[in-house]
Amino acid sequence: MNEMNEVRKPPVATTGIIGWLRINLFFNWTNSLITLFVIYCLYQFIPWILDWTIFSADFKYNYLGEQITNQEMCSRNLDPENGGACWAVIYVRFYQFIYGFYPKVEVWRVNIAYAMLALALLPLLYAKLPYRKYFLYFTYIFPVIAYFLLNGGLGFTEVSTNKWGGLLVTLVLGCTGIALAFPIGIMLALGRRSKLPVISMMCTLFIEFIRGVPLITLLFFGMVMLPLFLPEGIDMDGLVRVLVAVTLFQSAYMAEVIRGGLQAIPPGQYEAAKSLGMSYWRMNLLIILPQAIRISIPPIVNTSIGLFKDTTLVIIVGILDLLGIGRGTLADTNWLGLSYEIYFFVSLVFFIFTFGMSRYSLYLEKKLKTGINMGAD
Amino acid sequence: MKKLLSIFAVVAFAFSAHAGTLDDVKNRGFLKCGVTTGLAGFAAPDDSGEWAGLDADMCRAVAVAVFGDRSKVEFITTTGKSRFPTLASGEVDMLARNTTWTISRDVNLGFEFVGVNFYDGQGFMVPSALGVSSATELDGATVCIQTGTTTELNLADFFRLNGISYEALPIETNDEGKENLFAGRCDVYTTDASGLSSTRAAASNPDKWVVLPEIISKEPLGPLVRHGDHQWGDVVRWSLNAMIIAEELGITSENVDAQKSSNVPEVLRLLGVEGNYGEMLELSNDWAYQIIKQIGNYSESYEANVGPDTPLEIARGLNALWTQGGILYAPPFR
Repeated sequence: MNEMNEVRKPPVATTGIIGWLRINLFFNWTNSLITLFVIYCLYQFIPWILDWTIFSADFKYNYLGEQITNQEMCSRNLDPENGGACWAVIYVRFYQFIYGFYPKVEVWRVNIAYAMLALALLPLLYAKLPYRKYFLYFTYIFPVIAYFLLNGGLGFTEVSTNKWGGLLVTLVLGCTGIALAFPIGIMLALGRRSKLPVISMMCTLFIEFIRGVPLITLLFFGMVMLPLFLPEGIDMDGLVRVLVAVTLFQSAYMAEVIRGGLQAIPPGQYEAAKSLGMSYWRMNLLIILPQAIRISIPPIVNTSIGLFKDTTLVIIVGILDLLGIGRGTLADTNWLGLSYEIYFFVSLVFFIFTFGMSRYSLYLEKKLKTGINMGAD
Repeated sequence: MKKLLSIFAVVAFAFSAHAGTLDDVKNRGFLKCGVTTGLAGFAAPDDSGEWAGLDADMCRAVAVAVFGDRSKVEFITTTGKSRFPTLASGEVDMLARNTTWTISRDVNLGFEFVGVNFYDGQGFMVPSALGVSSATELDGATVCIQTGTTTELNLADFFRLNGISYEALPIETNDEGKENLFAGRCDVYTTDASGLSSTRAAASNPDKWVVLPEIISKEPLGPLVRHGDHQWGDVVRWSLNAMIIAEELGITSENVDAQKSSNVPEVLRLLGVEGNYGEMLELSNDWAYQIIKQIGNYSESYEANVGPDTPLEIARGLNALWTQGGILYAPPFR
């Protein structure tokens, strides 16, 4: 009798590592072939890239033990058989990559701003933070603090934006663009769906015009045309002009993304809100937008990542962002020819930021269960 | 029409408002100088974030002439597309940005080229294994060429004149040209000779590449200012000339103090010991002395940034003094 009740184990071939391998990698002939092919490619590629980036690479000293100060001292240039990447260029130029040409005595201000940025993002990213409310107050005033910290004023020496560069410019452009474009985009999206013809037409015109031209055109417009239209004496900062262009561009895209979310909300939700006697703003703020934004999270993150990478276009108007500093380094006769190292480093930094954004969006989607269409049933 | 006129009025006003650039610069306390976003030997940030190069030295020389201090300059990075609007709108006081002096830029765009600080020209670079010693032997070659540049037109002219054919491989940037040439996707890379030198210096084994002797175009590169402000134009022009004259007279940053007691009249005039040439320019009388002391003469700047001892290894060639087989020539200092 006991034998009958005994729980029989599932076949070995469907559980554990072997089961996982069978189901995921060797399910049938085609899958097995593809798996073997991919393993072969990885076998070829991974040892080589590890060797180049780490094991044979120079970090600060070359294989003779000398500190590297120019490209001729890199192991691979001393002896082409020996040596991989020459990361010394990143080591020597690290300051420029992170702060641009910011004066060294004032650089603590940038460091504080970086730390404050992390602190300001914390309550936005992590909802269960204790005392989140107070942290949020800090988040709201952070842009003002950051402005005075970075730019000067209120007792701080002024550091003109011409001295900013590298990651600092990339982050300022990316964060400001994304943060400002979000509210503007919401207003534009609501405006475009408005029943008042003037408002809806103006919003549609704005969105279509901005979306209809490339970002480069807008950057040029901001850089070259804007000063001609401003009265003499009003000298708009170059970085501000670029920020205006980037924000306009991003808000047009954000508006369309949010409009997509708005359109997915069933009319029943509007009717229910109105039947409760809610005004237009209360209805949108309390009922419609929370749902619309929730389903728009993936495209919102998508356009934000797009913008973060598009900020590299500012090199065209002569602002040296992270990539611009990299190119400037390549033009130094001391570091000619190290393009692989520099582009590898720049793409790694960009990857860290964009991958972080993408993972955070996944976490949000899971938490808010965006996959389930609430309201439709 | 009215709108158009008002735009013109605004533009005209923008130009006229910058009549006294020298006074603007003096009041501001520093010079705004437009440079490239990075070009080997001409302007690029060094490890400490200081701009260095032949063009950067030109900017510093003007700053020294006005303020007597080589650090009183702010470098504004400009690209090939943004350089002219940046100068026209008054955002920079001058450009020293590897810019070719042409009639349309000088006349039609409303700028004034005040001199030439580097005589460049379009050349060809090939792998030495190709065994070619002259560009006329390049019949049927695949040429890497930057699209939309004057180099593209010069190339077509040159091959047509010599009755030989080529296949163009269009590229966008210098980096792309370098990679394509090194990977063997094209047989020849053509761009300005100074650009070829930096490409060659970036190769893992520079000896595997040769720059052919033919130079097929004139590319005089020099500093420029806005039209209509001759006083400022003179300051920039004579800052450059002072460096060239200093080389002619054998004055260097090292012997400039000793030269103050020289008995050559032109040396004394240049260094401000005699005459009041600084006053004419509304500068201090020792402006040229300060340039030579703090920047050096033309030769010193050339040797430090692009000369044979740098990785670029550009021989003086056309950029040698007129007395030494080149065409570098400055009007007399009197």
